[in-house]
Amino acid sequence: MDLIAQGLVEAVHRLATLDPEVLDAASASLQVSGIAVLLSLAVGMPAGIALALGAFPGRRLVLALVNTGLGLPPVVVGLVVGVLVWRSGPLGSLDLFCTRGAMILAQFVIALPEVVGLTVVAVQALDPLLRLQIAALGASRAQSLSILASEARLPLLTAAMAGFGAVVSEIGASLLVGCNIKGDTRILTTAIVTEADRGEFGAAFALAAILLALIFAVNLTVTWVQQRPRPL
Amino acid sequence: MGTATTAAAVISARELVVRRGGRVVVRVPELELAPGETLVLLGPNGAGKSTLLLALALLIPSEGELRVEGEPVRDKVATRRRMAVVLQRPLLLDRSVLENVVLGQMLRGASRQTAEDRAHTWLGRFGIAHLSRRQARTLSGGEAQRVSLARAFALEPSVLFLDEPFAALDAPSREAILADTAGVLADTRTTAVLVTHDRDEAASLGDRVAVLIDGEVRQIGAPEAVFSAPADPQVALFVGVETILPAHVTEVSDEMTRLDVGGLTIEVTDVPPQGDRFPLLLIAPTDVVVSRDDASGSARNRFSANVVRVENIGRVVRVVLDCGFPLVAHLTRASVRELGIAKGVAVVASFKATSPHLLPRRRPGVSTSTRV
Repeated sequence: MDLIAQGLVEAVHRLATLDPEVLDAASASLQVSGIAVLLSLAVGMPAGIALALGAFPGRRLVLALVNTGLGLPPVVVGLVVGVLVWRSGPLGSLDLFCTRGAMILAQFVIALPEVVGLTVVAVQALDPLLRLQIAALGASRAQSLSILASEARLPLLTAAMAGFGAVVSEIGASLLVGCNIKGDTRILTTAIVTEADRGEFGAAFALAAILLALIFAVNLTVTWVQQRPRPL
Repeated sequence: MGTATTAAAVISARELVVRRGGRVVVRVPELELAPGETLVLLGPNGAGKSTLLLALALLIPSEGELRVEGEPVRDKVATRRRMAVVLQRPLLLDRSVLENVVLGQMLRGASRQTAEDRAHTWLGRFGIAHLSRRQARTLSGGEAQRVSLARAFALEPSVLFLDEPFAALDAPSREAILADTAGVLADTRTTAVLVTHDRDEAASLGDRVAVLIDGEVRQIGAPEAVFSAPADPQVALFVGVETILPAHVTEVSDEMTRLDVGGLTIEVTDVPPQGDRFPLLLIAPTDVVVSRDDASGSARNRFSANVVRVENIGRVVRVVLDCGFPLVAHLTRASVRELGIAKGVAVVASFKATSPHLLPRRRPGVSTSTRV
């Protein structure tokens, strides 16, 4: 218990003194996971809407794959993405190995099934006749999709939160493709492991507290947007 | 078919076929909608009424030729922007009432200001101007359907499609909204297609009624023509003719046709279908008079009868009689009480020679018995 208390004290101290190591790790976490989630929303929401509404051969298979993807071990994603971005890999020419770009790519792959899966559920929960009514109002296909997405905005925000939660607390993939370079690809989770390995439990707890605070702050913001009373 | 002419038709469909899972569910050789008219699609559940409406509104795929205001449909979205649809459920979006009424207009290129002005006008017209700032999901069923109607009329469509818009409402809301809609349709002379299974609604709103059974338009015409002279036994059953009897023509004179039904003679003024000596005799339940003695009345056809069954069916009481042939009458509750009608009671049933209608017995397999 002393360690936890010490950790909290150290966390407050490090934050108060704007400890550069902590700030670097926190901002790297926020940047990598934030971009990965935004990308997964940009790709996953349209894909989820198309999967929810579309009728094409193999749709159920794709849905089953998406659902399988919900349980994808990050370390496996890290291995696969790592092989892809190694110098000798198919994406080797992009020079991504051991960069934040590789971490963003891996986290995007981890968040995508969450976003797609939850978008499918959100859109399928809408009244199927609503599509007909929106088309009858005169909406083009693209306008229909955007109106439907706006109708499903509350569960879609849940998809965003789930995606962020899945990647910001992930460690295996980031370690494998980002190489945990201090001041660059070291994020909060990999920093915690590093400090704990060195026996610096106070520092590890401080980083853990900051990670939790970051997750809480993001979720608080999204929940506030989601649950705000709408004007009557 | 009907009164419309091709040149002026708002909607004209030829050889329209809708399939579901490969099976033909609606087949309409020809259907035209004249400017300003309200066409009612009437029929039992599953007859294909809503399917036909959605196909005409370009919301489900169909085969055949469909013209809107004389032009073939090339761009479905552009053509839909000249139409409006109100479905059974209001299907409002999760935003304010005003935004709901504004959205469709803006999708069609109206400016924000025009759209809002029109929205206020139509919300006022449907008696819900005070709800414009409310969130749609907080409305009652009746209020929400009024918003849905205001949203449709605010689009000022060339043709308005109404798919059982009153069916899910409680009786008082239904009557009020029905009256408002009838008023607006009459004032604006909006061309409309209304789907319903309610005969009263069809009669009060329709300029023409098309009866759909098994995906086919079996009869189309003015409501009074369809209700008084149904084209076939299934239409007859649907429009409320409950007694349909196989008859044998024994004598035809200038004014009267004499028929044999189960050994009894019935006289009618309707002429038998050409060359058919074994037509079907249709008697509407509202045309049958029931009394306790044979003393009064001038009706030509009078029969001693026994009450076989008495059923309360809402505003009237359905009385099934055995006169030697089955006969159904609708009586008011008051008459049932006054006459002491009950199962087994002996009565006299009569109907005028002018009321029954004769149909050719041409469709084999169609039920020809009275529904008892």
